[in-house]
This record gives sequence, structure tokens and C-alpha cells, in this order.
Amino acid sequence: MSSETEIAVEDPTAPAEDSPPVTSTRVVEIAVYLVLAALALLLAFDNWRTGMGWASDGPQAGYFPFYLSIILAGASLYGLGSTILNSSEGREAFVTRDQLRRVMQVFVPTFLFCLFTQWLGLYVASFLLIASFMWMVGRIALWKSLLTSFVFSMIMFVTFDMAFDVIMPKGPLEALFGY
Amino acid sequence: MEAFSLLVHGFAVLLTWKTLSLMMVGLVLGIFVGVLPGLGGPNGVAILLPLTFTMDPTSAIVMLSCIYWGALFGGAITSILFNIPGEAWSVATTFDGYPMAQQGRAAEALTAAFTSSFIGSLFAVLLITFLAPGIASFALQFGPPEFFAVYLLTFCSFVGLGREAKHKTIISMALGLLLAGVGMDTVSGQLRMTFGFSDLLRGINFLVAVIGLFGISEILLTMEERLALRGHSARISLHVLWTVWKDLPRYWVTLLRSSAIGAWLGITPGGAIAASFMGYNLAKRFSKDPESFGKGRIEGVFAPETAAHASGTAALLPMLALGIPGSGTAAILLGGLMVWGLNPGPLLFVEHKDFVWGLIASMYLGNIVGLVMVLTTVPVFAAVLRVPFAAIAPMIVVSCAIGAYAIQNAMFDIWLMLLFGVVGYVFKKVGIPLAPFTLALVLGSRAEDAFRLAMIGSGGDLRVFWSNGLVGSITTLAFILLFWPVISKAFGRVSELLQPAKGTG
Repeated sequence: MSSETEIAVEDPTAPAEDSPPVTSTRVVEIAVYLVLAALALLLAFDNWRTGMGWASDGPQAGYFPFYLSIILAGASLYGLGSTILNSSEGREAFVTRDQLRRVMQVFVPTFLFCLFTQWLGLYVASFLLIASFMWMVGRIALWKSLLTSFVFSMIMFVTFDMAFDVIMPKGPLEALFGY
Repeated sequence: MEAFSLLVHGFAVLLTWKTLSLMMVGLVLGIFVGVLPGLGGPNGVAILLPLTFTMDPTSAIVMLSCIYWGALFGGAITSILFNIPGEAWSVATTFDGYPMAQQGRAAEALTAAFTSSFIGSLFAVLLITFLAPGIASFALQFGPPEFFAVYLLTFCSFVGLGREAKHKTIISMALGLLLAGVGMDTVSGQLRMTFGFSDLLRGINFLVAVIGLFGISEILLTMEERLALRGHSARISLHVLWTVWKDLPRYWVTLLRSSAIGAWLGITPGGAIAASFMGYNLAKRFSKDPESFGKGRIEGVFAPETAAHASGTAALLPMLALGIPGSGTAAILLGGLMVWGLNPGPLLFVEHKDFVWGLIASMYLGNIVGLVMVLTTVPVFAAVLRVPFAAIAPMIVVSCAIGAYAIQNAMFDIWLMLLFGVVGYVFKKVGIPLAPFTLALVLGSRAEDAFRLAMIGSGGDLRVFWSNGLVGSITTLAFILLFWPVISKAFGRVSELLQPAKGTG
């Protein structure tokens, strides 16, 4: 059994180690607690409106979620307080600039994919997503990217729509072929 | 030996060409899922769930559980060969597994990992075979107060025994329970928390949330890291197999200890991650030569792998017997049960014998076939890592979208999945655990129904939860677990063993 490295994969667009931080974990944590507390209050209000009291036959529809919203609000405010008071923790970077760039490289195409799925159907959108992602982010040769994404989309179509009868959203291209 | 004859019946259900081939497909997919970065047990199962919608429940659960076994096996491959844990529960395996690979003993380490995984699972499956039917028939006496008490126990033990900050666990759980309540209220027919959006009438589907939380967010997290990797390749020969297996009896104490820890933490919501660390730490503590751990000791591979697998398998015990999942993946399988039209809970053992015993039989067979499969095909799966992540990431995104859409044929769910992806990404980075959320979302409406039925039955008297010995002791136990951190301080250092090893590796 040889011990030398035999499998190696490079990452040409890896984030740099010394990239400056965009924001600290502490700031994000505070933001998360604020959002959660606001959501909890909104839900508590909605459940109070539905009725959070006691009817003749037991608790009203809003009873259970109302108290859960109160628990959620309480825990969020506790977290908020302890994060603000404990200023020594959470100083580390939440995300560095390079990391954020990479995350956006996935998130934006995924968002566009969801958007295109509505008009072009899932399979065409998936072909576009995979091909462009491989080509632009992964720096993989164009023909390889196109071929891979075509084969993958076809396999998905055959597996789900034809073999397993799981119907996906379709667009004008599929309509052309009568699906 | 009623369990035994039922098990034989289970094997009879299983031994058709269709089921066996689905089993193989499941295992292969599972090992892929375990090996690939950015995909793990829970999301692998969640994404592939739509494939099973048109199958009968037994074939479906056999395929899905095999994906789970495969993922458990697959996680070890990357840990040992690349020092990259494919799954969180394989982190402890890297401590000694990777040094062994560096010393040129990769094949030995892999054989040890796979074998001990198998032993751990087998221990847990035996436990399920002989304990689950008993627990289920006991649970048949449960009424709504008892069921609510058991749900309460599950939630409280997550808060009390979890390793994360308590308020974060509570946030995650309360949010999950709240989102489970969105939509039409099943008791009164009133709309709750929909704010006039017609898409919210259906409620927030549990599987859509899981696919977003685990699938999409994992891709975002993986992209943050440097994805270059270097590793060893290995082929397992019969000679290596014999060398490792020959020494196996010497480690019976470690194997047994890890199996027991794993099974215990699997049934309680400690989970495979805690189990693998605890198995490793205990093996180190009780070793005559603790210094040699972390430098390529084979026992350091046996201990965490046995515990992780025992735990991952044992998590299915409460799911089968009580309808309460012991882990995230078990929660997804439970979601699957509901999709296939089965009602999880103790009645499964009475009403769906074929299903339950087919599943248990598939645990035996799946693990044996899985063991043979990984031992023979390691080089193939290690080579999968050569495929660049830039090709894998968009394919996972597409698979996630297909999975999310297929559940209710709703475009809205694809957007919801994306939203949960972002939520999962942020939550993971600020340390809010996702497992309690998953569990709360899947159990939420059942827990609420049990509570309300109990309340209606008692005329609104909360003392119903202490009205007899059984429900009283479960409820009391729940509160003890909720305040366990305070109690355990008084009793000493038990919780220390649950902490992951710091600085080892």
C-alpha cells in the first residue's frame, strides 16, 4: 500500500486566507435575534387575534402558537441581551469578502434558476444553471460543461418525468416536443 | 420468539428482485451522498424522497433506509483518505484514521471503519428487533396525555442534553413548532399565521424546509471553504481484511462499549455526532496507552465508527415504536411515512406488519450488502472526489429543487426552499442548531393535537399530565431533563464526556 498522494483536486478560485472580514459573527447574531424577536411578536399578535384564550371545549386555535411565540420572543431577547453584554465573544469574522463572493457565486445562479424555472421549466433552467456554473465558476471547458449539463438534465427528465411519474414544471421547449 | 418468526416473515417480504435491486441502488446512492462534500445523510434522504412517492411503502422505506446506511459508510471514506469528514459524525474518525492513511495503512483503517460500522449497526438492529415490538405494544395503552408527555420529554431532552447554548436550542425548537402550526388548524378549521397568503394555506411542508436547511445551506457553506484536496487512494485486499478481522476479538471491550454508548445516544436525541466523540474519548480514557491515540491507532477508528453507526441505527427505534424520531434523518424518514399514507406510532406494528418487519429485515441485509459493497468498491468511490465541486454543486441545487417541487407540485415551495437555505446558512454560522427545528417541525402538529385532546378530555385541567403514575413519571422526567444542566452540576462531571475532544487530531 503506497502512502504517496494519489488523488489531488485543485481549486482555482479558492478564497484567500487573509481576505478582510465583511462583518463579525456578533453583528449577525444581534441581527438574527432582532429579526426573530420581531417575527415572534408578529406571530404572537396574529395568534392573539385568532384567539389565544380558552373556549368551552378547550384551548382556542391561537393558544398553542401564542405561547410558543412568547417563548421564542423571550429566548431571542435573552440571546440579544447576552450577546450585547458579552462583547468579548463573537469577534471572529462571520464571512470574509472572498467567502462572500464565493457564496454569492452559488446563491445568485440558484436564485436565477428558481426564477427561470417559472418560465422555461425546470429542465431548461437546470441545463442553463449547470452549464454556466461549470463554465464560469469552475473554469471547465465549454464543451464539457454543455455536454455534462445536457446529459444530467436528460437523465433527470427520464428518471422523474418518465420513469417515476414525478411531474416537474415545464416550459415552451418541452411543449414543442409534446410534453 | 415471536420477534424471530416475524423477522423471518420480514425477510420473505424483502427477498424479491425488485426490493433487492432498490436496496442496491439505495446503497450506491447513499455512499455517493456520504462521500460528496455538501451532501449528507439527512439531505441525501430528503432529496431522494420524491423518487419513492409512487412506490409502495415497503420498497420506499427499504430504498431510503439503505441510502442512510450508505451515507453512514461513505462518511468514513473521505475522513480516512482525505482527512475531510464527509459527515459531522466522522470527525472523530479522522483523528486516527488519517494518520493511519499517512503511514500507508489506509486499507487497514478503512477495513476497520467499515467493519466496526457494521458491528455498531448490528448491535442496534438487534436492539430494535427485540425491544421495539415490546415498546410499541406498551405504547398502545397511551392516550393523548401520555403522548403529549412523550413529546414533551423529547423536546425537553433536546434542550437539557444538547451541547449548544440553551436559548439557541429553544429558539430553534419554538420556531419549528410555530411554523408547524401555519395554515389550517386541524381542530377548529381556523386559519393561523397565514396573513392572507393563499400559498401558506397548505402550511409549511416539513420536507421542503429540510431540503433547504440541509441541502441548499450546505452548498453555500461548502463554497466558503477551499475545495482543493489531496488524499490517498486505497484498495482493500483479502490479506488486509484478514489482518484486521483476526485482531478484532482483542478489541471486544471497545466495540461493545461504543455500541452501547451509540445505541443509548441514538435512542435519546444525543445523536451520532455526540456518540462518535464519546466513544472515542472513552476508548482513550480506558486505554492503557492513551498517548498513542491520534497517531494512527486502529482502536481510535473502531471506537467512533462503532458508536456513530450504533447511534444512527438506534435512532430508528423510537421512530418505529413511538413515532418519535431520534435524529434528523429519522425525522425525514418519519416525514416519508406520512407521505406514503402511513400513520407513524405504535399502531404500525399492528397494522403494517409487512412494512415494519420488512424495514427491520432490510437493516440486517442492507448492512451486510453495504459492508461487502464498500469493502470491494472503495477505489471507485474515492475517485468520485475527482469530480470538481463546480460540477456537483449545481447538480445538487437542481436535485434539491426537484425534491422540493415534487412534494406538493408547487412553485412556491421552490422559493421556500431557497429561503430556508439562507436561514440554514445563517443559523449554522451563528450556532443555532438545526436538528431541534427539524424535529419540532415534523412533530409540531401531532404534539399540539395531543395537548389539545388531553385538555379537552380533562376539561382544561393541567393536572391531567400527573393524573396517573405513567404520565406523571414521563412528565416529571421531562422536567428533570429540561433542568438537567443544573442537576448534573450537582452530580459531577458526566456531561464532560459529551464534549468533543479538543485539540486531538
